[in-house]
Parts: sequence; structure tokens; C-alpha cells
Amino acid sequence: MKVLVKILPKPEVLDSAGRATFNALKSDFESLSACHLGKLVELEFNEGVSHEKALQEAEKMAQSLLINPLVEECEFEVKE
Amino acid sequence: MKIGILRFLGTNCDYDIWEYAKTLGHECEWLWYKDHFDPKGYDRIIIPGGFSYGDYLRSGALASRTPVMDSVKQAAQNNVPILGICNGFQILCEIGLLPGALLANDQRRFIDKWVDLEVVNDSESWNWGEKNVRMPIAHGEGRYFIDEQGLKQLEEHGGVWMRYKDNPNGSVADIAGVTQGNVAGLMPHPERAIYEWMGGTDGLKLLRES
Repeated sequence: MKVLVKILPKPEVLDSAGRATFNALKSDFESLSACHLGKLVELEFNEGVSHEKALQEAEKMAQSLLINPLVEECEFEVKE
Repeated sequence: MKIGILRFLGTNCDYDIWEYAKTLGHECEWLWYKDHFDPKGYDRIIIPGGFSYGDYLRSGALASRTPVMDSVKQAAQNNVPILGICNGFQILCEIGLLPGALLANDQRRFIDKWVDLEVVNDSESWNWGEKNVRMPIAHGEGRYFIDEQGLKQLEEHGGVWMRYKDNPNGSVADIAGVTQGNVAGLMPHPERAIYEWMGGTDGLKLLRES
């Protein structure tokens, strides 16, 4: 059981890495309107841990360490 | 004064702080990141700059979850003056002893230069005793961020300690340092401004015996 934690800067925070990457891409890709850069954390859980438990634990980990809620937000994806 | 100086893996301004405090006649002791310490055992605690844990995850995030920081929190509760410089400031924000966060500089470049600063609100324990000081900065992630509501509270409660006169990194409201109670944090390095040959001695004013 794995849970992916996808972390992005909050929209109101200037994402300077995303902006720099956007500037590098936009001349070749006219259809692009924005680019945001974040982090991906892959959490692996012990065998037998339920989907719900893994997600619950991942949410706790995100709140306690993985994200800074002042400047970042995240989404979770469970992979069997 | 007896000053406790924290050291993490990746701290690199520790000896500078030691020298800084010794120059002013203070007694110093190292505080290792894996250990707890007596929260009432020091007159002041300083968290030096550097790159604790290689800035993994977020600068200061992993260092803020170490045993020594449990003691720092207790020391803060006991009203011991605590100062975080550069990475130390980032750690104090991550642990919630200071409001806000430090993000990558807006132009994505490491900046290393002398800056002019305005002292907005001196705190009781950490004060310069004058309005204008000049010190070096050296950081890649020094852009102070706080949301609108947080900034309003910070301004109202006199929590803005210092502002850049010429904002080098995109910090909100030109903020270079903040205070909350006896805890203070700043991105500039006072320990790098203690001899004329360094380029200035304003740093000495912060740690002089009051």
C-alpha cells in the first residue's frame, strides 16, 4: 500500500520555481498558461494496512511535517 | 551571560556565533541537536545559520523536529531569550515560535551581500539600540512570507523587528526579522559584522551586555 502526497505552493504564494519553469517553456508551447512546481512524497505502508488507515496516517503526516499549511497545500492518492 | 549555541548536522555558522559571543565576553556552550538541555540553564539561546539537514523537505523543517528543539520550546515558555539567525530563523518559524515562513528568493538566486536595515521595533531582550544597521545576508531561501491577516496582526503587535531598505529577495513588507515575546529571528548575519575588516561592526550592538 502506497500513498502519494502531492504538494504544491498555495495559489496566493508566489511560486518562483514554477514561474521560472513557465518562462522557459512558454516560447515553445504556446498553449501553456501556467506551471506550478511542487513536491511528490511517496509513503509506503506495511502489508495488511487498510486503505482508510493509510490515508488517515498520511493526512496526519502531512499536517505534522510534510507540508507547511501557511504556504503549501496537498492532495493524496492511494495506490494498492 | 551564558549563551547556549545549537548545532545540527549542516549548521555552518556555529563557530562564528561562538567567536561573536566570546568577543563580547560571554560564556558559551554547545547544544547538540540530539540532546535535551536544561531550559533554565542559559541566559540566552542562539540558533545559528547554515543548512541543517541539507534544507531537505523545507529549510528548517527537519531540524525543528529534533530533541534539542523540545528544550528550546520549554526555554521559550520560561521566557529565555531565543535568537534564530538565517537557518535559525527558518527553524523558529517551522516550529511555530515565530509567525510566517521563509521561501525561496523571488529571483531564485542565492544572495550574498551587505544590506541596510531599518530597526522597526526592538524587543526587550533583542535590541540594537538604534534605527539603522548594516549587515550581510547570505541565503537562497530568505523571502519572508505571511498571509494578509498574519501581517496585520504582526504589524499591530509590533512584531516586525527589522525591514530591508532595499528589499533583496521579495520578502512581504520588506521584512528581514520578526519578534514574538522573547523570541526573535532575522535573515541577516550579525556575527559577520563584528570587525572593521569584515566591513562593519553593527553586529556587536545586538549581543552587548545590557
